[in-house]
Amino acid sequence: MIANFGLAALWLAAALAALQCLAGFAALRGEGQALAGVVRPVAVVQGALCIAAFAALLLAFVWSDLSVALVAQNSHSAKPLIFKLAGAWGNHEGSMLMWVSIMAVAGGLIALVERRLPEPTILATLGAQAFVGLGFYAFLLFSSNPFERLDPAPAQGMGLNPLLQDVGLAFHPPTLYLGYVGLSVAFSFAVGALLTRQVTPEFARVMRPWVLGAWIFLTIGITAGSYWAYYELGWGGWWFWDPVENASLMPWLAGTALLHSASVLASRDALRAWTIVLGVIAFSMSMVGTFLVRSGILTSVHAFAVDPERGTFILALLAIYIGGALALFAVRAGTVAEGERFALMSREGALVVNNVALSAILGIVLLGTLYPLVTEALGFRVSVGPPYFNPVSAVFAIPMLLVLTVGPLLRWRRDRFERVRGPVILIGIVLVAVLAAVAFFYGIGLLPMLGIALAAGIAVASFMPLRGRSLRRLPLPVWGMAISHFGIAVALFGMAADSAFTQERLIAAGVGQATEVGPWQVRLDSVRPVAGPNWTAIEGRLLAQYQGGAVYELTPQARSFWAPAQETNESALLTRWNGQLYAVLGEEAEDGRWQLRVWWKPFVTFIWYGGLLIALGGVLALIGRVTGDLRRRFARRKIAARHVDAMA
Amino acid sequence: MATAFKPKHQRLVLILLAFAALIAAGLLAAWALRNQASLFYVPVQFAADPPAPGRAVRLGGMVAEGSLKTQADGVTIRFAVSDGEAVVPVTYSGIVPDLFQEGSGVVAEGHLQPDGTFRADNLLAKHDESYVPRELEDMTAAQAKQTVAETFQ
Repeated sequence: MIANFGLAALWLAAALAALQCLAGFAALRGEGQALAGVVRPVAVVQGALCIAAFAALLLAFVWSDLSVALVAQNSHSAKPLIFKLAGAWGNHEGSMLMWVSIMAVAGGLIALVERRLPEPTILATLGAQAFVGLGFYAFLLFSSNPFERLDPAPAQGMGLNPLLQDVGLAFHPPTLYLGYVGLSVAFSFAVGALLTRQVTPEFARVMRPWVLGAWIFLTIGITAGSYWAYYELGWGGWWFWDPVENASLMPWLAGTALLHSASVLASRDALRAWTIVLGVIAFSMSMVGTFLVRSGILTSVHAFAVDPERGTFILALLAIYIGGALALFAVRAGTVAEGERFALMSREGALVVNNVALSAILGIVLLGTLYPLVTEALGFRVSVGPPYFNPVSAVFAIPMLLVLTVGPLLRWRRDRFERVRGPVILIGIVLVAVLAAVAFFYGIGLLPMLGIALAAGIAVASFMPLRGRSLRRLPLPVWGMAISHFGIAVALFGMAADSAFTQERLIAAGVGQATEVGPWQVRLDSVRPVAGPNWTAIEGRLLAQYQGGAVYELTPQARSFWAPAQETNESALLTRWNGQLYAVLGEEAEDGRWQLRVWWKPFVTFIWYGGLLIALGGVLALIGRVTGDLRRRFARRKIAARHVDAMA
Repeated sequence: MATAFKPKHQRLVLILLAFAALIAAGLLAAWALRNQASLFYVPVQFAADPPAPGRAVRLGGMVAEGSLKTQADGVTIRFAVSDGEAVVPVTYSGIVPDLFQEGSGVVAEGHLQPDGTFRADNLLAKHDESYVPRELEDMTAAQAKQTVAETFQ
């Protein structure tokens, strides 16, 4: 019943999307004006219908309605409620419904709140948003129907993959999707601006909060995903350059570049065409990511599905939207007038370096991700891993990070080196001093060494733009910039420290046996069986002593789930301010000893603290932008009211 | 240095530099990929044309039934990877991934040692019970090999 309701809502939403698309584009032409009035209301209703459809799917999962094929395949009535809900989006069909819903809701929001741009531009933007949405509605309804029924309904569902039964992971896909799909708004705005020839600073200002919002979610999603892989997979690594990880990194790189180029366009009316191209590229990367993950073409350790039909469908959508947008750009690029000029030595110049470097890294990651596909088509199989990604992206990341230390200090349009000489020399001294100290005291690899030195330089530099300014009156977006840049320093330090100073111990330990790892002494105290709601486990009790001081307890588990039957290793983590002790319990060896793997990872947590700081900076900037806009609206309304009073 | 150019020239210089950087990125990536990508082997290829000892490669196949043995230190395992036509002995030190067992698919990252065993630094097992299709159970070895080749890269 609930499935029928959801499916009906979905069809209706798709029909409205078609109407929105037609009406939005028709309004661009003279004779279509009559339809202009329906676009905004239709967009809002379309969003509401999608929410209803998604709610129907959630209810089907909560009630364990096993007549719905998706529920039967992914749920089990014995599962905790939160994972029943997560089961709704932890699969292909459900996640695509979530994609469409977020897209429709974003369109509805634009229709509700956005009044700053000329009306035709907004209508064209909503038309574009619906046009993209239509492709995904078709995908859902024709090849991935989440509401497909089973007759007769099975007596019990098959359950959710235990690895995915984790609270962090329950919220991971929605976060990433908000980011992916949020970038569709940037895409639609870019198309709308091109169609109506309104590539203006106002366009960048309107688009910026949306990009910022998407980017915040992507940042949080990537940070959380990295932490999930770190503690759940039990390998102690936090980034594997896995295609699925790259799929989320690529839109982030493009989104970061877009954020910076949009700020140039908004403040200085320069980089017009480039900002449009980046808007298209950013969403293209979201779609490439979806294609990689959902098509099963790159089945990696994370992969979920193997189904060529779906891959072809997404690929066709990708070709239509990206090809269409780029063709439109090619036709209209000539009409985008050249923006304001600027000197190489200026804020804009530094941001161009940022954009070029981010694009280069994006290209490197994209090539590295797609290369195995190309060679496979040519008949030989390869895999591309850290030995490629780390050094090659560092070639562009290092100059970018160096420019990052100076860029925010420069003035717009034109600046002289003499003006920023003091801070630059200070940052340079910090950088070189740290580099020398690290090189002298620790024999570590070149990249970690550079990473630590750059982190120190950026940490100092990130707060330089605040010097000499009243901190109370400083606009929130400037705080946001400083905090995000500081977050990069923190994350970079964590990455470098982890790769340089991690210590590892792998033993088969009898009960009572102790081992040393870094400053820790770890003893296997006992091993006992424990049981959870849908699993049983062997739990090891480890007593860890830090430098002969306080004793802490860790309890790693080797779990066996029974629906579906599967084994997982639950790692145990002990967090100190200066690092994490990470323990995994393996199998029992024949003589009663237990496999035990323990790492001491100095400052590894800084990676995720840094990621969160980067996102926090984004949140502050977003709050600053939105409140600024609200204040202006309020002021404008007041002036208008006064005007009416004066007339009366 | 920048002041030597007129604004129009500066713009041109900027565009050229940006293009140069992006082209350099592409060339660098292409060059590095040729050198860094590790090749994927199935056992039959390993037997016919083994990789140079020490070269980083990936070996994929099924863990042969009855081949899994734990060494005296309790943490090193030996097993054989098979594709139904050839068998490669593998050693690995560490905790095996969650879904690693005899008869299941595995990809071992590592290198060939001079003695002919494959030293794995990392084992990748499938992470999801629906990842390798259920039909695998009643598949012939040749089909299994094909499936492994399709599901791992």
